[in-house]
Amino acid sequence: MFQTQAPIISNQYPAWKYFLLIVMTVLGLTYALPNIFGDDPAVQISPAKSVQFDASTQQKVTEALTQAGIAPKSVQFENGQFLIRLNNSDDQLKTKSVVKDLIGRQGVVALNLAPATPDFLRALGGQPMYLGLDLRGGVHFLMDVDMEAAVEKSYQRYLDEIRALLRNEKVRYLGIAYENQELMIKFRDLDGLAQAQTLLSNQYGREFLLTENTATAAPNLSVKLQPAAIKEAQAYALKQNITTLRNRINELGVAEPVIQQQGDRRIVVQLPGVQDTARAKEILGATATLEFRLVEEKGDPYQAKKTGYAPNGSEIYQFRDGRPILLQRRIIISGDNVINAQSGIDPQSGSPEVSITLDGVGGRKMMSVTKENIGNRMAVVFIENRTETTEVNGEKVKKRISTQDVINAATIRGQFSTRFQITGLDNPQEAQDLALLLRAGALAAPMEIVEERTIGPSLGKDNIEQGFMSVVVGFILVLILMAWRYKTFGLIANLALTLNLVLIFAVLSLLQATLTMPGIAGIVLTVGMAVDANVLIFERIREELKVSSIQSAIYAGYEKAFVTIADANITTLLAAIVLFSFGTGPIKGFAITLSIGIITSMFTAILGTRAIVNLLYGNKPVQKLSI
Amino acid sequence: MEAQVTNTNTAAEQPVKQINFMKHRGLAVILSAVMVIASIVGLVYKGLNFGIDFTGGTIIELAYDKPANIETIRNTLRGNGFDDAVVQNFGSVEDVLIRIAPREGVNAATVSNHLMDVLKAQDSGFEMRRVEFVGPQVGDELTEDGALAVIYALLGILIYVALRFEFRFSVGSVVALIHDVVITLGVFAWTQAQFDLTVLAAILAVIGYSLNDTIVVFDRVRENFRTVREGSPVEVTNLAINQMLSRTIMTSLTTLIVLIALFFLGGEIIHNFAMALIVGIFVGTYSSTYVASAIALAMGVSKEDLMKPPKDSAGKEEREAELTRAFLEEEARREAREAAREAAKAAKQAK
Repeated sequence: MFQTQAPIISNQYPAWKYFLLIVMTVLGLTYALPNIFGDDPAVQISPAKSVQFDASTQQKVTEALTQAGIAPKSVQFENGQFLIRLNNSDDQLKTKSVVKDLIGRQGVVALNLAPATPDFLRALGGQPMYLGLDLRGGVHFLMDVDMEAAVEKSYQRYLDEIRALLRNEKVRYLGIAYENQELMIKFRDLDGLAQAQTLLSNQYGREFLLTENTATAAPNLSVKLQPAAIKEAQAYALKQNITTLRNRINELGVAEPVIQQQGDRRIVVQLPGVQDTARAKEILGATATLEFRLVEEKGDPYQAKKTGYAPNGSEIYQFRDGRPILLQRRIIISGDNVINAQSGIDPQSGSPEVSITLDGVGGRKMMSVTKENIGNRMAVVFIENRTETTEVNGEKVKKRISTQDVINAATIRGQFSTRFQITGLDNPQEAQDLALLLRAGALAAPMEIVEERTIGPSLGKDNIEQGFMSVVVGFILVLILMAWRYKTFGLIANLALTLNLVLIFAVLSLLQATLTMPGIAGIVLTVGMAVDANVLIFERIREELKVSSIQSAIYAGYEKAFVTIADANITTLLAAIVLFSFGTGPIKGFAITLSIGIITSMFTAILGTRAIVNLLYGNKPVQKLSI
Repeated sequence: MEAQVTNTNTAAEQPVKQINFMKHRGLAVILSAVMVIASIVGLVYKGLNFGIDFTGGTIIELAYDKPANIETIRNTLRGNGFDDAVVQNFGSVEDVLIRIAPREGVNAATVSNHLMDVLKAQDSGFEMRRVEFVGPQVGDELTEDGALAVIYALLGILIYVALRFEFRFSVGSVVALIHDVVITLGVFAWTQAQFDLTVLAAILAVIGYSLNDTIVVFDRVRENFRTVREGSPVEVTNLAINQMLSRTIMTSLTTLIVLIALFFLGGEIIHNFAMALIVGIFVGTYSSTYVASAIALAMGVSKEDLMKPPKDSAGKEEREAELTRAFLEEEARREAREAAREAAKAAKQAK
């Protein structure tokens, strides 16, 4: 920096500061730019689980569109997904129905608004700001997971396991029951109790807290879950419910849905652009389950599909891709018996596999069936029930729809019971999907919608317009006021203010932070408050002008105001950070824009204006300042 | 304000305004006390008109394609089990807002669906603008989180200001912030404007803004204590407020301008947010001048407390000298003015 004792203060900036400012301006403009281009109505097609799209699908889609007389703006094929951009929303709806007929259940077709950002900006990672639901319409649900039920369900599973274990190890007991957050095992004698206690502490040492009670006539053992195990059960329930919701929402065909954990028992679901909330609620509440069935090896499934007749005792099913398969009518076990499913790699063959854990009842059934059917194939059927509302002759008709798909059929290689692996999967992705589906069947614990916010699309549009309008009007008024009060310096401040606004938009776009209505309010507030730093500096310069030369007044103005600006802004930033960490939804949105605004306004007000002032007046014999 | 404003024009000097703010601090204490008490009375007797964010319940906003018949809608709802529904116009005659209190034991999500079906059966000529449902427990949590957020923000500020300045300043600023929050809440209680999540955000923004103002004044007080050799704490504070006066007016003005734009143009949802901030900025600007400084002074902040050398010692002496000069000049001017006034008075009496 420069010498304070120097008799002449020259106000010059080192080159790197100008350079930094130019770089920031260019970056800011580049990343704020995508917001100008708006959105294209688009249709997004993503493949269903265990389906992959390729070039031939793309050809089919393009052909179907040409046939229907739709000229899309562009068809992009990226990451196995299609994005068809269209010229207007009429084409969008037409395209959706055309594609839906073509793709069927192999994919999810969703209406979308795709940013019309030019390619060169997109190549640089430029994206428009992510608009919150209040600005584009949509539904927000907050779901509360019943954690008591989750724990109870976990106890019920252990109850089955313990019963099977005691029986297998031939420990004599009178009964076992779940009551009031613990399992109570009653014994005939102390011997049985001691045996059971050793057995359980060996097997479940980490999960259980065992308390023996020998005072009563019938000695009993209380089994309680350790706090850590309870936490684990709850975390598992939450995770599983999120997975289930994600699968169900896939069915809705919503582009960019948000499904997130909030706190330790809540799930946030956001469905942008959804207007039919009744249908959304139906799907979220849909039930899905699994069945394990033996494959009927006698008989030709293709023949059966053609004629519609299945051999005796069997039924015709389909894989997701449409291949038929014959399955025995008898259900071995259903998804209710699946406790857990995890994908992994088979250590022996190195191929992907899915490990499944069944409860006691399921394990016993599985054991007897596999014993007799080694070498045969067993299929996993995914069943989903949902209610669909369709419009028939202007009236809404509710219809229960049940879809049943075979997701996997594998050869039984040996006898197994509660734990077994499904191998013969093509790739790790498929194993992951299967594990997910197995887990996704049912909810681990019941859920309740505790908060619902629906913003109609027209209100969203109004909000954007009004928000934009107030930013523009407020901004212009501030510019006028500053120019009137501080003349040339006011104009310099106005340049800084404009850059500040550009930088806020750029940072919001880059971070892809959600812009909400309160967020816009935060921007407006920042516009008003951002002048503060400049005002402090300019007032200080005016003050200094009375007692010192022009150059040293500029210098002292900036230097002295700096401490004040830093103190004032850091405290405000502190408040914004607190807001961000404790607030939810709108408050968070407000805190984000406010924090960004504080930081960018400090940068532009101090470094930005100083650079221009130095360029204009630095090292020059200035007679009078226009301030 | 009945503060004395005197302009003295000499050939060499520009017109200078010196307002003896601290002279009126007794009056300010009374004014603040009255406002705070009135606010507390309002909060206790009228209470805040909490929105569904806090109370739970359902809000439905509909836009009819012709002026809506509120009475018909009310009767339709009453006939279908929504006895407690509050139906009112919202913004224009076509827009209708329906509020339903939370109900125990009913699957909440179905309430809004049912209500929409009932209304559609009667007249389907409307468009759904928004539906908001909040369960009662969520509202309770929000109240708790909101209160916690305010408390943590105040604590953080207390600590920062104590570290950066001095403990008595930090008490002054936090008391000023509480003063601002209470009065803003009081205005919401008396006007019964709806208090929802965005208003809470606004209250926290008021804290940020008012603090900003307070810190700016304190900063100058601290600087003056270090550089001005003469003058009582009251005089030094007074000087700081005067030095900051044009800045305070200018910043408040620009902020108010944009908030007024937001108030009139931002739409119904942001209306109360803007109102809270407008009130907050008036109160906050006043409190950083009177409440924060007056409390720091009342607690006996003195020159010695702030004599620690500033962190940026570069050019300190030079600046001190400059400031001393500035202060002495201003003092001299003040004395000259008082002398002039005395002379005028004497002349008047002589007449």
